[in-house]
Amino acid sequence: MTKHTLSVLVENKPGVLARVAGLFSRRAFNIHSLAVGQTEHPEISRITVVVDVDELPLEQVTKQLNKLVHVLKIVELEEGRSVQRDLLLVKVRADARQRTDVLQIVDLFRAHVVDVSTDSVVIEAVGTPDKLEALLAALAPHDVREIVQSGTVAIGRGARSITERALDRVATA
Amino acid sequence: MAQVQAKPGVPAARIARQAPGAPTLARPTPQSNPDPALNGAQMTGAEAIIRSLECAGATDVFGIPGGAILPTYDPLMDSQKLRHILVRHEQGAGHAAQGYAHATGKVGVCIATSGPGATNLVTPIADANMDSIPMVAITGQVGAAMIGTDAFQEADIVGITAPITKHNVLVTDPAEIPKAIAEAFYIASHGRPGPVLVDIAKSAQQATTTFQWPGRIELPGFNNGARPHQKTIQEAARLLATARRPVLYVGGGVIRAGASEGLRKLVDLSGAAVVTTLMARGALPDSHPQHLGMPGMHGTVAAVASMQKADLVVSLGARFDDRVTGALNSFAPHATIVHADIDPAEIGKNRAVDVPIVGDLKDVFAALVPALAAEHERHGKPDLEAWWAQLDDWRSTYALGYTPTNDQLSSPQHVIQRLGELNDPDRTIYTAGVGQHQMWASQFIKYEHPNTWINSGGLGTMGFSVPAAMGAQVGAPDKQVWAIDGDGCFQMTNQELVTCAINEIPIKVAIINNSSLGMVRQWQTLFYDQRYSNTDLHTGHGTRRVPDFVKLAEAMGCVGLRCESDADVDATIKRANEIDDQPVVVDFTVSRDAMVWPMVAAGKSNDEIQYAKGIAPQWDRED
Repeated sequence: MTKHTLSVLVENKPGVLARVAGLFSRRAFNIHSLAVGQTEHPEISRITVVVDVDELPLEQVTKQLNKLVHVLKIVELEEGRSVQRDLLLVKVRADARQRTDVLQIVDLFRAHVVDVSTDSVVIEAVGTPDKLEALLAALAPHDVREIVQSGTVAIGRGARSITERALDRVATA
Repeated sequence: MAQVQAKPGVPAARIARQAPGAPTLARPTPQSNPDPALNGAQMTGAEAIIRSLECAGATDVFGIPGGAILPTYDPLMDSQKLRHILVRHEQGAGHAAQGYAHATGKVGVCIATSGPGATNLVTPIADANMDSIPMVAITGQVGAAMIGTDAFQEADIVGITAPITKHNVLVTDPAEIPKAIAEAFYIASHGRPGPVLVDIAKSAQQATTTFQWPGRIELPGFNNGARPHQKTIQEAARLLATARRPVLYVGGGVIRAGASEGLRKLVDLSGAAVVTTLMARGALPDSHPQHLGMPGMHGTVAAVASMQKADLVVSLGARFDDRVTGALNSFAPHATIVHADIDPAEIGKNRAVDVPIVGDLKDVFAALVPALAAEHERHGKPDLEAWWAQLDDWRSTYALGYTPTNDQLSSPQHVIQRLGELNDPDRTIYTAGVGQHQMWASQFIKYEHPNTWINSGGLGTMGFSVPAAMGAQVGAPDKQVWAIDGDGCFQMTNQELVTCAINEIPIKVAIINNSSLGMVRQWQTLFYDQRYSNTDLHTGHGTRRVPDFVKLAEAMGCVGLRCESDADVDATIKRANEIDDQPVVVDFTVSRDAMVWPMVAAGKSNDEIQYAKGIAPQWDRED
């Protein structure tokens, strides 16, 4: 099975997220991550779903998603041709003795410290899942107290927007 | 960025063009029938529901009132256009709406209150979803302020039915009611049909609003079905013109599309063999010489074998269901597959497809028939003589039939066969429950018209027959409706006979009473060492007859008849047919040992079909 990132444009209506998520579980697909938010149009939300699935079942679930009345469009974003980012917040115990070590790791990964107390720091990092995994590995020897991660969000590289792409497709068809 | 999955049928481009504004794709509402004076009128949400149903073209609705839908039942009382049939159980309302939709092609409507009323609709909704039946369910919901508080009779019916509806919606703003109902009817009846549920809060029913019937339906994400692609039509035509062993695998989609005429043209022109699935019985007359009958688990040997040996299978509105294909990896192993369906998600779902055609089957036939004629002109008609010699051999050697059981009791197959022979196929609609009687009704009755065979195919809902017959009779009052039922099924939903008696809906019910859950018993006979765990119902020969179906029928205001031997079958059917002002229930007590043959055991290859117990067809005699 391989990971696939889907951008699902939906009408911003109550229950849409539950419908989309429900469809994946109903057809026995594992959602690796899911993120949702408004787009440049307030009426349209964009759901980014990362799923572990083979090509053929992916086609089936895409077709099933397309049947949901509030789903407007589905685009698969390939890794090389899109920017994909996760947000990670980590709370690490860091008193005076450990703080320098922790801050070095933060610098190394171009992460930020967004909260400091006498014996802890909260680190914010943005990046690909691989980079964030490496950061967590580097922090592992320290006393990691809490981790929270967003789902992946992704956008295609280049000037075109998803909607323009659809236009192109129709024009060349 | 690999694939841009624009929806077939339009939306993508339109959405793109309209961005960044509100995404709208307007379509006219063909069913809409608004009274111009209505728009702008002040009324309660409840009245808006009734006016909306009228505007959407509904004339008959099935339901039961209750707390959360009570406001709506008040203006319903004064409606001049809506006939409301008060059922005895919401499941009956749902199946009646299905039977009505099936018989008329219109959208069936059922109404229930919140909580248990709504959850009682779950089975018919799931059934309509599996069998693509256009249906709108209106449910009351607790007041908007109480939603989420575990209020009395509260259930999240939108959440519960999300996986089993084509679409559903909760309405809390009374101004949204006309739009929600207009969209529900549109979605239910366009593209691949299906059930839509509109859940309306009691507070919205009680509030005052300004009625506004939408002039256009704006559903940017709704897939209405694409036009078939000319390239794939050409390819399908070429394959049909050159195949040596072609089979048309006809599914319920042909019936839903109202495309029987087009199918007939394709059948006649192509000369191909035809099989009609359980959902498609009647799509092509059984009397047609190229018709091999039903394929699948209890299909005819000729129909099953034709697909196993075919070099081309053209699927028309069918979905390669496991009951048709048997073990999928050995289904139609030599065949190139053409798959035409209005739902793109069906294509390639179960079986890889060589030529996909997405579109309404009416359009598919309209394009495919001339394309095939052109192929014939260019290359001549294909020589199918050897294929038909083979098919005819299977047909005559392994014709549908049955052997009476050793217990001297009446054969269920005989009863059903005589029903088919004594009733006029031009004016009789049959419904069935689920089980042995359903299979025999599909096998032994000869259907000549679409929508004359109504049953629960995909979900396999026991108890479907009586309420579906009621709905069919309401929709088609000039037809004679026979519900063929089992003694197990009948005990699940027979309360609707009360509804039939009181509302003068004169359906006829043939209980094929083998005193047991027959199909389960058959599997116990074949696969569980004849250990009959919990399949004895004590309703037939030599039992206490609890309940006594004749007395039960009479208690419910119906005529009850009993028939216990083959000799009385004809006279009893004739007697039942003479009664047209009252529902009739006939208790045909039959042998419990009769079994449905042929049979492909679940999970086995279709190659392992048994013609009768222990008798496997000899495939390779001719090969």
